[in-house]
Amino acid sequence: MADFNLIGKSMPMVESPGKVTGLGKYADDLAVAGMLYGRILHSPHAHARIRAINTAKAEALPGVKAVATGKDAPTPYGILPIGHDECVFTVDKARYIGDNVAAVAATSPEIAEQALDLIEVDYEVLPAFTDPEKSMEAEERYWLHTERPNNIEKEYHHQFGDVDAAFAECAHVREQRYFAGEVNHAAMEPHSTLAIWEPDNRLTVYSSTQVPYYLHRTIAAVCEMPMSQIRVIKPLIGGGFGGKSEIIPIEIAAAVLAKKARRPVKITYTREEVFFAHRGRPRTIVDLKVGITREGRIHAVAARVVQDGGAYCGYGPVTVLYSGALLGALYDIPNVKYDGFRVLTNKPACGAMRGHGTVNVRFAFEAMLDQLAEDAGIDPVEIRRRNLLHAPCITVNGLRVTSYGLPECIEKSAAQGGWAEKKGKLPRGKGVGFACSHYVSGAANPIIRSNMPHTTVNMKIDRDGAVTVFTGASEIGQGSDTLHVQLAAEVLGVRPERVKLVAADTELTPIDLGSYSSRVTFMAGNACLEAAKNMRQQIFDAVARKYKVPAEALEARDEKIVASQNGKPFEISFDEAVIAAIEFYGALVSRGAYTPPEESRGGRHKGAGVGPSPSYSYSAQVAEVTVDEETGQVTVDRIVAAHDCGRALNPLTVDGQVIGSVYMGMGQAMQEEMVWNGARLMNPTFLEYRIPSTLETPPIESIIVESIDPEGPFGAKEAGEGSLAATIPAIANAIYDAVGVRITSLPITPEKVLEALIEKRKREQTKAGGNGKAGAR
Amino acid sequence: MSKELITLNMNGEVREVAIPPHKLLIDVLREDLGLTGTKRGCDDSSCGACAVLVDGTPVLACVALAASYAECRITTVEGIAPVGGLHPVQSSYGEAGGSQCGFCTPGFMISIKSLLDRNPNPSLDEIRDALASNFCRCTGYMQIYDSVRLAMQRMKERTAVGAGG
Repeated sequence: MADFNLIGKSMPMVESPGKVTGLGKYADDLAVAGMLYGRILHSPHAHARIRAINTAKAEALPGVKAVATGKDAPTPYGILPIGHDECVFTVDKARYIGDNVAAVAATSPEIAEQALDLIEVDYEVLPAFTDPEKSMEAEERYWLHTERPNNIEKEYHHQFGDVDAAFAECAHVREQRYFAGEVNHAAMEPHSTLAIWEPDNRLTVYSSTQVPYYLHRTIAAVCEMPMSQIRVIKPLIGGGFGGKSEIIPIEIAAAVLAKKARRPVKITYTREEVFFAHRGRPRTIVDLKVGITREGRIHAVAARVVQDGGAYCGYGPVTVLYSGALLGALYDIPNVKYDGFRVLTNKPACGAMRGHGTVNVRFAFEAMLDQLAEDAGIDPVEIRRRNLLHAPCITVNGLRVTSYGLPECIEKSAAQGGWAEKKGKLPRGKGVGFACSHYVSGAANPIIRSNMPHTTVNMKIDRDGAVTVFTGASEIGQGSDTLHVQLAAEVLGVRPERVKLVAADTELTPIDLGSYSSRVTFMAGNACLEAAKNMRQQIFDAVARKYKVPAEALEARDEKIVASQNGKPFEISFDEAVIAAIEFYGALVSRGAYTPPEESRGGRHKGAGVGPSPSYSYSAQVAEVTVDEETGQVTVDRIVAAHDCGRALNPLTVDGQVIGSVYMGMGQAMQEEMVWNGARLMNPTFLEYRIPSTLETPPIESIIVESIDPEGPFGAKEAGEGSLAATIPAIANAIYDAVGVRITSLPITPEKVLEALIEKRKREQTKAGGNGKAGAR
Repeated sequence: MSKELITLNMNGEVREVAIPPHKLLIDVLREDLGLTGTKRGCDDSSCGACAVLVDGTPVLACVALAASYAECRITTVEGIAPVGGLHPVQSSYGEAGGSQCGFCTPGFMISIKSLLDRNPNPSLDEIRDALASNFCRCTGYMQIYDSVRLAMQRMKERTAVGAGG
């Protein structure tokens, strides 16, 4: 492989100066003259028909410039074409506590708040459904959406191979119900949108979005304006993790108010409102059955998954499909059956969250595999070695695997984590656990079916010598902007300081589908790479023409264009080369685009569109824990995570993504849960929804594995999500190694551990003597 | 609503604002003084994104009444380095990957500067304790620790150079 100038070398994020000085602007930092402050009226009822809304008193309050209700924006929308089931302000009934009923724009936040109290809503309270199994039995007149019978948003049933026959052939079979509590992204930045009504009747919207293109489309549909009259700009984003990857009510509310008031309107959520908007990982029930052969080969898998989706569709069908599609694709599994249900309940809508759809099912699977390994007398690391895929290959459910660094992830994490020395050998109360996971590098099929490339990147060079990259890709803290700079500078052989980035502004940048499903490095990266190569070719052609050097012999490096063919060496500066090219063509422009190849788009069964990706990342992890048997308190002591990201274009940011994923997985494993009292969320604040601080976070070690994907940009694939899912089962398995109990419910609270320990002691007493591992110590 | 004229010593400059007595320091910074570096992540003093230094000690601006700080020296993230320059805490943060989305970064800048001003040579445990009231949702804190250690080294070098010169 050629040696690189910038690729593979750590590069600080290009936007960090604005972040460390506080001068960079996030949506809520923006203000314009005449700006109004918007506030939203939320439903106090979980399920209630709205008989009437009277806004007269609110409108009469001095300082109020607009009041909007469902009548002002009745067009339903949703992120999926099959799920246009929400209106910015509900038009018929409220479906959860916090549902959006109306909004006010006023000259100060205080007046807006006061005006909300003056809006009179006549509610007819209906029975609310908060448990998915009960929700599926609701009477027709209480269905959340009349077009969704039995409150089932979507169900999918897949079978590959002959699962029943395969189970009969297994030497060891386990069946178990697993449960995962509901979690929220808890990005540090609460959502914020500034919508500016322009004097020429256009709309400019600055918003904290991961998906400017989808927002652009949705504002156009709801505000009944052509897309060409609307400009969406993504400022700095304070974290997304999926929570800003679909259209959030605040974004449309600001646009509707701005249009109605003919003024700029800014709305920023409180932290409680972030929990109302939600779109997090659903509360999930996984009924899993896995069978292995005597040799430890996974032979049959059957899963029934029920996701408590909340009141609206959102990404729901995609979540439930990912749960099935990735269930059987990490290892070589010949027989897989999946029944997935996405159920509507009277709670905030769930959606996509880091590791979308894979996390809770992967927890169940890896925990059960640990148990089956023990049944068969095989080491947990060894059983995974025996079930590897052999890339290139196609999994049983039609996913094309082009590169597969899992074997190396397993070996490296086991070695660095001290697996052989520690497994089963640590003192009582201490243990190690092992687990693997994987994730897509972007979805091979777009949400909205079309033949349009998933990303286009434009590039421009003029006489100032600056390389300007125009990309629709959205920096959300993951390194999107830096990636583009690095790729362009590498290909053109220039210093990164020469590259300027214009990103995520629908008026200036070509369409990119957004920052979700870990698609940016692979897809926007490939588009940027192609644009840079096209640009370089133009420069080479011009240099060849002007200086009579064969274009094929030219190379771009160290701010120079050089020819290193035998014969006399040729060398000119990049600036000279650019001037030569501009003399021929005028300002230089180039374009690159990326469309996933046909072969990567998956099978033909119903629901086959979700899961396929041009490439997959892999992760293997060792977690080490200490369990206090008196209190049930678990301390995570260390996590070693190996991640196959194809090629680490920027090791600094790859490490950051892997460690951050592990951290978030640990939060879900140990302490995060949205707690419900019926339909009421009991902990919509950071005081009570506890994300891990430095004190709960153990040392996390990242190991980069590079499988060099044949289609990724310089071989790169995703790094931002795949590691999360392995962390949870690695911790659960470590707890078993430490004290001999299997916790099947997330989060793993001291209460659950203590209860399991007490039950285990009872079992051992009845058995008189017992043979549990911890008991034997 | 009645307003009072308050004088604040803000990043070394004297600033006058007319504000209602109940106005929070974070809102005065962000709305009246245009200092939007101080971030609001939670509304209830649980996330640390709004930390500012008051006479050198970190204070959470989202639960502080501006009027009660009239006699104090207030430093926000915008004021920890001379305009146009970077404090070692800031430059090391970008280089070592301390900042991803960056929304919590201003609060961390304040807490780290305060720590290193008090204790130029903190152990990892001391760093961890000093940053326990700042949430970061992106990094898992490891690269934040790297950043602090790099800043420590830079500040020591700077002191050494200063002493030598």
